Amino acid sequence: MATQTQPAPAERTPAARTSGQRINRKPKPRAGASLLTVFTWIIAIGFFSPVLWMVLTSFKQESAAASNPPSFFFTPTLDQYRAVLDAGAGTYFLNSVIATGVSTLLVVILAVPASYALSIRPVKRTQDVLFFFISTKMLPVVAVIMPIYVIAGQLKVLDNVWTLVVLYTSMNLPIAVWMMRSFFQEVPSEVLEAAQMDGAGLLKTLWRVLMPMVAPGLAATALICVIFAWNEFFFALNLTAAKSATVPVFLVSQMTSEGLYLAQLSAASVLASLPVVLAGWVAQKQLVRGLSMGAVK
Amino acid sequence: MRSERSQPQERRGRRVKRFAAAAAAAAMVLTGCSSANADGRQEIVVAIVSNPQMTDAISLQDRFKEEHPNVDVRFVSLPENEARAKITASVATGGGEFDVVMVSNYETPMWAENGWLTNLQDYADNTQGYDPDDFIPNIREALSYEDDLYSVPFYGESAFLAYRQDLFEDAGLTMPEQPTWADIAGFAEALHNPDEGFSGICLRGLAGWGEVMAPLTTMINTYGGSWFDEDWNATLDSPEVKAAVTDYVDLIRNSGQPGAATSGYGDCLTRYSQGNAAMWFDATAMVSTVEDPDSSLVVGKTAYAPAPVEETDSAGWLYSWSLAIPSTSEEKDAAWDFISWMTDKDFIELVGEEISWERVPPGSRLSTYEIPEYAEVAQAYAEPTLSAMAGASQETSMTGSVPYPGLQFVGIPEFQDLGTRVAQQVSAAIAGQKTVEEALEQSQRYAETVAESYQSGEH
Repeated sequence: MATQTQPAPAERTPAARTSGQRINRKPKPRAGASLLTVFTWIIAIGFFSPVLWMVLTSFKQESAAASNPPSFFFTPTLDQYRAVLDAGAGTYFLNSVIATGVSTLLVVILAVPASYALSIRPVKRTQDVLFFFISTKMLPVVAVIMPIYVIAGQLKVLDNVWTLVVLYTSMNLPIAVWMMRSFFQEVPSEVLEAAQMDGAGLLKTLWRVLMPMVAPGLAATALICVIFAWNEFFFALNLTAAKSATVPVFLVSQMTSEGLYLAQLSAASVLASLPVVLAGWVAQKQLVRGLSMGAVK
Repeated sequence: MRSERSQPQERRGRRVKRFAAAAAAAAMVLTGCSSANADGRQEIVVAIVSNPQMTDAISLQDRFKEEHPNVDVRFVSLPENEARAKITASVATGGGEFDVVMVSNYETPMWAENGWLTNLQDYADNTQGYDPDDFIPNIREALSYEDDLYSVPFYGESAFLAYRQDLFEDAGLTMPEQPTWADIAGFAEALHNPDEGFSGICLRGLAGWGEVMAPLTTMINTYGGSWFDEDWNATLDSPEVKAAVTDYVDLIRNSGQPGAATSGYGDCLTRYSQGNAAMWFDATAMVSTVEDPDSSLVVGKTAYAPAPVEETDSAGWLYSWSLAIPSTSEEKDAAWDFISWMTDKDFIELVGEEISWERVPPGSRLSTYEIPEYAEVAQAYAEPTLSAMAGASQETSMTGSVPYPGLQFVGIPEFQDLGTRVAQQVSAAIAGQKTVEEALEQSQRYAETVAESYQSGEH
């Protein structure tokens, strides 16, 4: 970036000197723009630096990771990654994939028809229903964990990955319904009328006409559900034990109150973030479009 | 693309997809439900705290499986706070996820009284070669309720003072055989060098009943103070407590580590093992990091002195991570098989031979200290650890008698909350937001409330 912007003022200045004030105004926004670029880079690097530090730390030995002042030059090692994989990360990842994947699938299956009905065919109490959905997010999770724990204990479903699937589905459903609703509202009513005129039924309209139009929104919604479910810690910590613990619980188990753990924790964190980063990268194009589409409304 | 397909083709495609989805869902539900053990195998779930020695035990689990091929062990290992919360919730509500839980001498007597734990005395007595009398007496007593063991120690710890012998020699200082807190304050001031990020001493300042309150309570004890007197009157406003807290806070503020109000055991461990502090008074378990060349820069430069005292002969601290079986467990025999494996003499030999003698879980058995290999690597700290534990009783570490069990804690359920509240006051004093008087005044009110509610619950 810098190499592209730097030569520009050098070419422009002689021209600006000779041709007076009117042209003189031109370099100003360019200077402002490059300043903005620099500023943006600084902010971006600032935001990225903790992640970068985590990646760097994951290649250190524990004593180098704990040193103060921090060490920037060190012999990289894969010991920490080996230790993480030896600690049996596989089961945790599998549980996370099941809990995240199935819950997101269920959310999409349930949220699409619900939000279709709430946006395209509203009825008298639509606003109340919408408020009811979002109101389930208003109670802090910690306030309901004890009843949930006791109920799960009575039903003998503690430490069961399907319990997490049910909870994650209900946790993400309100958000998905609200998001999908705003995407459905973007669809011009003329399109629906045209579909009706051509004799398309409800399912066909939904599947063949609406879905392609809201696909970016759906991708964005699904990605957000994936991120929330993948990173969910509180339910996973309290309701799972040995069999169905997920990746965030695995991360915490890398910590210890007696000993150094930063390097190994960083390695585990890098591995834990990879799937989400990958999912975000795959969905990036759709995501940006989807997010702005919802925002405009 | 879709519109180019012919209709029947598409319908068929959709049907196939639907069938596939249904089949996949059914398969997943079935596999989820059919994991119960059908072939007589026993599965036990073990919840432990993820400290280095416990992680070592997990890495040796194959050896247990060789001896007990019918028992599958699954581990849940979490950091102390998460583990404590999770184990407490599970045991108290009868959640029943765990067959073996790691508890401490704080929980054991209380939970045994509530009927939450299985009596292990018969198991221990009837297991050949297990020898429960080999456990360090103070630890065994702390893990018993009505003279029966309800949990068995995996490792035990007391507290001592680690100091940099090389720096003491350079500065011409000599650590007395039994230092007092006044000695320590003098040394700390002499060696304090904040300009180079080096502090004379590192002491816990982080709010939390298991953080700042642990060293501070032993200091209060040796100054002749206590949390409550025999009639459950709160005594945090007594002159002895005030003197102890004032000295502790002054010592940290004058010659302690920077940011002390937010630094706990972990922070001091890092500072000391990276060579940024001259002294550190804390749990004996520190040696597994301080003397480990992989994580410490001060290996071999450290000597260990007994906990500083004031009015008493010793200033005891006693803590043990131990293993217990919740009464809800349905696999008690298999659970005991595992517990006895992990706390047996053979396990200590196994760790020494397979991992290293530095990593042996210390402070549980007297016989550990008679193993020549261990005596050799632990030369610097074996004797200080043993004598610290031997002195860790209320008789030797307190001036009067108190109605509660515990040395660096008060063994009542309310203490987790009370200790943390008082710790917040002390932390505020260390940070300079309050005076020690103000902090103790507030703490005294908390303690009075707790004494009231504890007594009304008792009677």
